[in-house]
Amino acid sequence: MFYRLAGVHHTRYETARALWPIPADRKQVIVAGLIALVAPFFLSTLYLGSYMLPWLIWSSAALSLTLLMGMAGQLHFGFASVMAIGAYTSIHLARLGIPFELALIGAGAMSAVIGTVFGAAALRVKGLYLVIATLAMQYLVDWVIINVPAISGGAQATLRTPEVSFLLFPIESLTSRYYLALGWAALLAVFLMNVKRTSFGRALTAIRDKDFAAAVIGVDPFRYKLMAFFTSSFMGGVTGAMLAFCFYRAVTPEQFSFNVSIQLVAMVLVGGLGSVIGGFLGAAFVLLIPIVLTNFVAGLAASGWLAISSNLLAHVPLMIYGALIIGFLLLEPLGLAKIYDNTRKYFLVWPFRHSRS
Amino acid sequence: MAYFLELVINGALTGLMYSLAALGFVLIYKSAGVPNLAQGAIVMLAGYVVWLIASFGIPVYLAIVLGAVVMFGFGLLTERILLRRMVGQPIIMIVMLTLGLEIFLRGFGPGMLGAAPKSLDLGIGLAPIIIGDIFINRAYLVGGTVAVLLIGASLLFFRTRLGTKLRAVSDDHVSSWAVGISVERAIGISWGLAGIAAVAAGTLWGSVQGVDWTLSTLLFPAVAVVILGGIDSIWGVLVGGLLVGILGSVIPGYLDSIVGGGTRDVVTSLIILLTMMIRPYGIFGREDIERI
Repeated sequence: MFYRLAGVHHTRYETARALWPIPADRKQVIVAGLIALVAPFFLSTLYLGSYMLPWLIWSSAALSLTLLMGMAGQLHFGFASVMAIGAYTSIHLARLGIPFELALIGAGAMSAVIGTVFGAAALRVKGLYLVIATLAMQYLVDWVIINVPAISGGAQATLRTPEVSFLLFPIESLTSRYYLALGWAALLAVFLMNVKRTSFGRALTAIRDKDFAAAVIGVDPFRYKLMAFFTSSFMGGVTGAMLAFCFYRAVTPEQFSFNVSIQLVAMVLVGGLGSVIGGFLGAAFVLLIPIVLTNFVAGLAASGWLAISSNLLAHVPLMIYGALIIGFLLLEPLGLAKIYDNTRKYFLVWPFRHSRS
Repeated sequence: MAYFLELVINGALTGLMYSLAALGFVLIYKSAGVPNLAQGAIVMLAGYVVWLIASFGIPVYLAIVLGAVVMFGFGLLTERILLRRMVGQPIIMIVMLTLGLEIFLRGFGPGMLGAAPKSLDLGIGLAPIIIGDIFINRAYLVGGTVAVLLIGASLLFFRTRLGTKLRAVSDDHVSSWAVGISVERAIGISWGLAGIAAVAAGTLWGSVQGVDWTLSTLLFPAVAVVILGGIDSIWGVLVGGLLVGILGSVIPGYLDSIVGGGTRDVVTSLIILLTMMIRPYGIFGREDIERI
């Protein structure tokens, strides 16, 4: 009953190569998917709109970035600017009357092209230099968006998203926006899980592990790095458009500042590099834990247990967030995905101590 | 012409003050190979520390000396507690650890001492120095002079016995161990020295614009200085600082009125990108730098 590897014998290669070879995992995924599908019917508007929806969209962003950082091993500290390009492109396309579906693709394409141009410039260099080059991209894109009125609509302007419909469903109510975000997150998750099993994914992994060794066995590092930048930026651009249309419903340049880029990298790292479940867990952790702990500290302060000034309280989220990153890097560098993996392996064979897989 | 000269002179002095923030970055990178993206926040913390000591009624110049002692200790502790455990990890882990430290300190400093800007009076005076038609900011002049002196001092320091050890460590860790140099201690000392450089930067910038969290944004120009000058070169800090300062003053001086402000960050970004495309190791950097 508890020994969940019992009786699982793969007799054909197809079953062994399935995404979830163990029935217990399949059941978990089905349950999680069902919960996500019926969430709008039992969750209050507050939880759905301010926790579930942003969590799904930020998870999509973390998944887009993890393709580049986790699988291809290329650092990107300007990913918020990629999302900004997508958000602004989609809004301007939708305002011109182009159907929303095409606007999303256009947003992805625009992000992918600009992201790849910067990637090509930055790929002459590695490691630290790539960090700083992408950081420069963040500042440049921010400046262009703020200072070109045709894009931002003026220095301090906020662009509202027009009313659109996706495949004949109007994207207006909270429920429809939630399902759109859910669909995109699910699509990305399935894509990333499968990309690891394709030649493209294996080439990226080879480059991440050692790029000249990959070159020796016939993988062109520059070409595959550019492809990784392209794919990742495309997904980031569409996610930026999702963020604008489904969550904020208006865009300002501040929504895509440098701090957001750092937050995205933190999500990927805290979740676990290159892991799909890590993308979801990392986004939840980075978004929620500072809020939860701050509420906890505020509760302690309000009930008189802790003498703390309002000024300090305002800075507590920042301190928790920084301490979280430091703590994870020191204590569990492989992130939440590794913790999940350890727990899963423990329970797979539960009455016993050792697992086979 | 006078306007141009004024931009050049004030830009050069500002650039030298950027070099102060960049000096700590180079000292740490040279010995440990760690890109310390928390240097901006350490500069901010140093400003707060000096302000805190001075607020007890201690004369400000004594407070600077005490602050240097405190920040030396802070550098040693950071290296011992955080960075030593990351030796051998991939570069992204180290970069992200220093960024985490940066975020933490940016919350910690203003959170503990109040977010409003603190004024730090060094007794320099506000009246500009006027030579002909050119106005020179007196605080920048003092800052630039201090920067040149400190960079000169660190050049001389690398010729002392301890400095020779640090140079050996920056060449090769394993060979340094083999001849009996304690690499751990050398790296710790360079973190401490970076703390002292941060005290100079924090005090001078704090006296110009007040001590608050915006001091940590010095990181970006400091990184540009380091990239342009060469990431492991002290001379590079001096020359890179001058170039970044002058370009970051002259170009916005003429362009800001046309395109509507904020061109300084663009100039800084372009300096970084162009350096990487043309000469990734910077003006004075060693060519084998891509080993990271």
